[in-house]
Amino acid sequence: MTRKRALGLIYLSPYIIGLMAFTAIPFIASFYLSFTDYNLMRSPKWTGLENYIKLFTSDRTFRRSLSVTLLYVFLTVPLKLAFALFIAYILNYKLRCINLFRTAFYVPSILGGSIAIAVLWRYIFATEGLVNMVLAWFGIEPVNWFGDPTNALFTITLLRCWQFGSAMVIFLAALQSIDKSLYEAAAIDGASKLRSFVFITIPLITPVIFFNLIMQMVQAFQEFNGPYIITQGGPLKSTYLLPLYIYDEAFKRFDMGYASAIAWVLFLIIMALTLVAFWSSKKWVFYAGDKRS
Amino acid sequence: MTDISQASDVFTAGADALAEARRHQRIQQRRARISAIMRYAILFGVGLVMLYPLIWLVGASFKTNAEIFANPGFIPREPTTEGYVQGWETSTPYTFGRFFWNSFLIILPKTIGTAISCTMVAYGFARFDFPLKKLLFSSVIAILLLPNVVTRIPQYILFRELGWLDSFLPLWVPSAMAGDAFFVFMLVQFLRAIPDDMEQAARVDGCNSWQTLLFVVVPMLAPALISVCLFQFMWTMNDFLGPLIYISSVDKYPVSLALKLSIDTTEAFEWNRILAMSVLTITPALAVFFMAQKYFIEGISAGGIKG
Repeated sequence: MTRKRALGLIYLSPYIIGLMAFTAIPFIASFYLSFTDYNLMRSPKWTGLENYIKLFTSDRTFRRSLSVTLLYVFLTVPLKLAFALFIAYILNYKLRCINLFRTAFYVPSILGGSIAIAVLWRYIFATEGLVNMVLAWFGIEPVNWFGDPTNALFTITLLRCWQFGSAMVIFLAALQSIDKSLYEAAAIDGASKLRSFVFITIPLITPVIFFNLIMQMVQAFQEFNGPYIITQGGPLKSTYLLPLYIYDEAFKRFDMGYASAIAWVLFLIIMALTLVAFWSSKKWVFYAGDKRS
Repeated sequence: MTDISQASDVFTAGADALAEARRHQRIQQRRARISAIMRYAILFGVGLVMLYPLIWLVGASFKTNAEIFANPGFIPREPTTEGYVQGWETSTPYTFGRFFWNSFLIILPKTIGTAISCTMVAYGFARFDFPLKKLLFSSVIAILLLPNVVTRIPQYILFRELGWLDSFLPLWVPSAMAGDAFFVFMLVQFLRAIPDDMEQAARVDGCNSWQTLLFVVVPMLAPALISVCLFQFMWTMNDFLGPLIYISSVDKYPVSLALKLSIDTTEAFEWNRILAMSVLTITPALAVFFMAQKYFIEGISAGGIKG
């Protein structure tokens, strides 16, 4: 038995070393760095709360960046999830070619963070690009997708909503596991499609909604490629999400201490929202028996 | 007499009910047909809107620069491969072939390292008991949810101290230490669903645990391992921030950085070069996806995934 115990740890050894070297120690180090002034040239100088005080009192870029990030996340996550669920609901029906459609809807997610897709976005939403050409057929004036601060963030949001495929596949798997007799019983009792969707489908897939919500939120807070390639954070910093700000502070200005402080604020926001989601999940996530989890 | 009239009443009532039922059935059938048509219409419409940008991209890469912003159609009026020829040359001393080779050099060791290390770790978690097992497994979940943004800066400092900057090591090593918690989690779930009878039998026949892992567990894990390799391939192919931070010399650029470079350096009106190289950049990922889509869909449904 003792031999077996040691063996388990031997199999885990790469993970344990990696956990220490690349996650646990960097995690603590980043917390420490956030209280220092460190530019890679001299050793870190302890400055106490100075970075945080500067962030919340005099740094207007940070305030702008934070509000843009929150707006982006609260726009992207619900839109993407609602759309993914809608399409999954339609697909969850005896349709021919369901696999074909599922594959087609999944393709954009495969290309996900690829730079090529951000490039494509730049072209199709250009002032004379594909989208405005199509809008012109319907007599709609060309829209300034990237030049206008209110539109620019929305255009980036569209890019992420376009990649609803993986959330959709997870929803679809959950929908397919729902017992069909529930719907038949509801139909006999005279429930409409909408009512059975709200009172049967939604409660039964809450675990998956919860999972998708957390994953998409954590991911949305870390969006980098889209705004970096498409708008470079502009115009007027309207797409300057916090990860871009952290990147600029850390790897362009090499202000590691300050960048760590921003990273920690971002981390704490994500943590707080995740905890709120977990805490509230007891009230709205429904785990039926032991079959589903 | 009364009996007969009663019977005829019953009969007409029955006939009415039957007619009513038939009418109802017809209405339902019509409804079902309309709803099916609506579903197809929505799916087709959404599919077209979603895929047309990609289709347009392919068409536009064969257009002349003047046509890209003038023709919303897919088919080029004067097809040209100029974009591909000139884009491939790039404005650097290297061709795009060099950048594809660099991407390959990053992906291959990283994927192999991921597959080996994650298999070992998942086997350890699923089949052995050891102190702190619960805590260690919670750490897998914690890493899964931990935003990378918070560890990125110290990691950079660490790799800088090790002298690994501007090499592929920062991209390879964390993954080769089972750092992608998602894969560990997925393989553990997969292994737990497989009974260990075969392994017991192998043990009785005198295999040690390494031999059991290699000859019994790995073959059973094969479908899940293929998913792991495919996802790692795609993510690494698409990865931009990692190379952006760690790779600084152009001769080591992977395609994602090279494409960004060509946007920055190409003259303002040479659009078709950039579009052509964009098409080439997404081709490997798409090709792999279409060859092995079964594994992708299963992988996501099984473990849930980012993206």
